Amino acid sequence: MSKRNNSCTWLCGADWESVKPLRPFDESVLAFLADVSAALLRSREAKAYPDVATFAFFCRRANLERLRADYPENDRLGRGLTFHIAPSNVPINFAYSLVAALLAGNACVVKASSQDFAQTRIVCRVLDELLQGVHSALAPYVNVCIYARERQDITEELSAQCDARIIWGGDETVRRVRAAQLAPHAVEVTFPDRYSLLAVDAQAILAMDDSQLARLAQDFYNDTYLTDQNACTSPRLVYWLGKETAAAQQRFWQAVHSYAAQRYPTEPVVAVDKLTAAYRAAVALPGAKLCVMPDNTVVRLQVDALTPDLDEHRCAGGFFVEYTAETLDDLIPVVKRKYQTLSYIGLNVDELKRFVVDNGLRGIDRIAPIGHTMDFALVWDGHDLIRSLSRCISVL
Amino acid sequence: MFDVNELPSLPAYEWAHEEKHAFLTRELTELTRHHAQHCPEYARMLSAWGTDVENVQSFEELPFLPVRLFKELSLKSVVDEELHKTMTSSGTTGQQVSRIYLDRETSTLQSKILSRIVGEFLGKQRLPMIILDTSAIIKNRAMFSARGAGILGFSMFGRDKIYALDENMQLDVEGLKAFLEKHEGEDIFLFGFTFMIWQHFCAELRRVGYRPDLSRGVLIHGGGWKKLADQHITTQQFKQELNETCGLTRVHDYYGMVEQTGTIYMECECGHLHAPVWSDITIRRSTDFSVADVGELGLIQVSSLLPHSYPGHVLLTEDEGRILGEEDCPCGRKGKYFEIIGRIKRAEVRGCSDTYEQKK
Repeated sequence: MSKRNNSCTWLCGADWESVKPLRPFDESVLAFLADVSAALLRSREAKAYPDVATFAFFCRRANLERLRADYPENDRLGRGLTFHIAPSNVPINFAYSLVAALLAGNACVVKASSQDFAQTRIVCRVLDELLQGVHSALAPYVNVCIYARERQDITEELSAQCDARIIWGGDETVRRVRAAQLAPHAVEVTFPDRYSLLAVDAQAILAMDDSQLARLAQDFYNDTYLTDQNACTSPRLVYWLGKETAAAQQRFWQAVHSYAAQRYPTEPVVAVDKLTAAYRAAVALPGAKLCVMPDNTVVRLQVDALTPDLDEHRCAGGFFVEYTAETLDDLIPVVKRKYQTLSYIGLNVDELKRFVVDNGLRGIDRIAPIGHTMDFALVWDGHDLIRSLSRCISVL
Repeated sequence: MFDVNELPSLPAYEWAHEEKHAFLTRELTELTRHHAQHCPEYARMLSAWGTDVENVQSFEELPFLPVRLFKELSLKSVVDEELHKTMTSSGTTGQQVSRIYLDRETSTLQSKILSRIVGEFLGKQRLPMIILDTSAIIKNRAMFSARGAGILGFSMFGRDKIYALDENMQLDVEGLKAFLEKHEGEDIFLFGFTFMIWQHFCAELRRVGYRPDLSRGVLIHGGGWKKLADQHITTQQFKQELNETCGLTRVHDYYGMVEQTGTIYMECECGHLHAPVWSDITIRRSTDFSVADVGELGLIQVSSLLPHSYPGHVLLTEDEGRILGEEDCPCGRKGKYFEIIGRIKRAEVRGCSDTYEQKK
């Protein structure tokens, strides 16, 4: 009997019943991914999607070799079969999840979003062609399917078979998928809802020339508006440090506004959402003041103090809470597990890392310069995916 | 502040722009001050918005609260002991509902003003009334909703009431015949919800082939066009259907919401919705919330002098519409007149989390 449930739409792959775990960064996987990268970079269709192009770039042989350098050990094997639930509204995420588990040495069954994303089709067509051709030996390792999230029976069937389960896509999804039992030995990595922030040194903004500032605005835009400010990595709090913060804020937001206003038309419902969020936040956060902006593209709410429920005051589409202080110390009592990415402008990355570690913060898993908050890495949300998704063979 | 007890005696549709605008600015600013003193949440919102209440030139400067806030927060300007009743919106199953807290004063004021507005269209006498809905709506407490509350509210303008539909949504032909015989030659008040009238009353008339003579009837209907718009039914088609099935010619839609009960916006003989003296319509551009020009489509802000027990005197709705004119409607009523285009649409949002409301 085939293990591939006929109720799913299978976009690529083959029956995985008799697959063996591979070593992390197995040569067959690197060769396959390098060909995937080349095929996508050649594809005219893929060029229309920057996220597909970025993924193709990630899979270049040179990049994979560079990543391999971080894993010099040779005592590891993949866990076996990994089952992935990709988020419903980030098109390319399924592909990164697949690549991470493949690199760790596993066979993969990935449930891609059931929304009809061109990115899913483009990537899966390339995967399928290569798996039907020179890379047919890997076909049982690379399964991508689509099925309705209501089909909990399929989730249960795949969960019972797998050795590791990877769940992306918010607290509700994690809860729903977790109702499906895993085998006793299986492990699980979850990526639930997160909250991210940006720390800015005011002097760095004031020291920039206009072209540097314009580039910064673009980087900020890519990390926020490009995903409706709704990626887990998108900053929602802007924490200002240093002197002359008022002048820096004006300069920064003016640049962001002039970049975003041309590219991000504020839909009526989003305008109302942001105003609602601002008022709700104003009730909860001390000393809240709405900042005057030329229009509804950027909505800023300045507050006098941070509270533990700060992360609840968020809104997609360009809503920012702002806070100003001498040091980052005011974050210490409020940062909880939910905090994910600390992006920065003009700050020292080693100091930021020390701040998180020395203060024993429960949250903040990633520190990234603005413009790179979404960059995929094999360590995500504090999980080293290669090591989490492989097992170590110890010799005493 | 203007003596609240004097409000009902103001002329509903007679004041010219300057007079009404100055009056509303003064009174709404006073209400803003009142709510800031009695509702701590509102005080923080006002402070965040940054209006200097001592220096308001026009009520358009006052903060407009999105109606959705009343679903998310408990906002009241009275102590719990003075609460008289709590109104809830007719949210569909699973959605959060608005909670509107009323004390006796606000509740009474709502009834009085509603009575004044409706009286402008029905006259001062109570008319024999046909409710174009099912008799089950009031009997069944489980069904009692905004629809039931609306029927009860408007019932005070009628007498000798009957329901056109029985508990099984079938037309009560015998009841209607007896009613019309009894009230032959009299004006009749009809009330119902737009969608129910179309889907059940008109459809039943067609099905059973009974054509009552309601040419002396005045119909007031509300509840929104969303369901009919989804079926591509226009106002003209709606009116024509009523005319064909029962000879009705005097048909008045109204626009109103539970968040500002009382100050409803009635459709005149020319098909325009009118703002009465106690409330006003402001159209805002969604791009920057500036006030739109006459004729320009935008988000509808409703301002009303009635909310004293909760800070709902200036609200931003999620409806889109446009001002058609002010003071020059051929019907002769002064004040702004406008039209509703519909509800703004919820957008598909990107992002990592997929915990958003499921599409049905």
